[in-house]
Amino acid sequence: MSYPPGARVRVRTGDPDHHTRVPRYVRGHSGEVVAALGTWTLPDDSARGIAEPRVETCYAVRFSAADLWGRGDHTVTVDLWESYLDRA
Amino acid sequence: MTEHDDLPAAARTRQLEERLIAAGLTSDEEIDEFLTRLYTKASPVNGARMAARAWTDPQYRDLLLSDGNAAAAELGMDRLGYALRVVPNTETAHNVIVCTLCSCYPVSLLGPSPSWYKSFAYRSRTVREPRAVLAEFGLTLPDEVEVSVWDSTSEARYMVLPSRPAGTGGLAAGELAAMVTRNGLIGTALV
Repeated sequence: MSYPPGARVRVRTGDPDHHTRVPRYVRGHSGEVVAALGTWTLPDDSARGIAEPRVETCYAVRFSAADLWGRGDHTVTVDLWESYLDRA
Repeated sequence: MTEHDDLPAAARTRQLEERLIAAGLTSDEEIDEFLTRLYTKASPVNGARMAARAWTDPQYRDLLLSDGNAAAAELGMDRLGYALRVVPNTETAHNVIVCTLCSCYPVSLLGPSPSWYKSFAYRSRTVREPRAVLAEFGLTLPDEVEVSVWDSTSEARYMVLPSRPAGTGGLAAGELAAMVTRNGLIGTALV
């Protein structure tokens, strides 16, 4: 799965007991892909010392403050690896 | 220096260094070399030069916004250890950078990060109420200016390209660069 700019995605809700780079405040929220940033090792795997960590595209995903917090007129853009996302 | 060395964080850092050295993962020399490089070369002067060049050279501005790493190389800077993304302010859009998970930021272009950038207050409030946070920095934005917050959670590092101040038409590149502050490149100041 790869997401083009403009794609609507939803952040997975899992709460892993290992390191992850999904900030809690975006879990379960939907946003819009702004850009693909690069292809990098998934921190969840590398932090656990997995021998062959997954390497994935990482996306800048934009959320509206109103969705995240129930108020505010700004946007928050968060960098999220592909495994953190599902198509919304 | 004695006060700093006595801090619990300094003791923990030293213990961690000793463990890493004992495990053969690094050496005192390597750590010293890294810190020397960091403190002699990493400076907001670098980011300021890039911003000033972008203000005076439309082609460079395009390069800066499309490929930050190439734009840094163009000014002769050392290869960046991260993917640089530069986000431009305009009359109707203001950008501000935060790292809610820790304190990521483009150190080689902005210098070591200020303590407030690493504070829980800045990290937790900027994503939630950026206008209020910016107002505390003395930057009150009109309602019609859209605010975009960039949370640096990956290997990418963000830098803000401030808008060129009005009335600076006659200034040379060096004078323009001298106007750009670290806070301007983070987004907590206009320039």
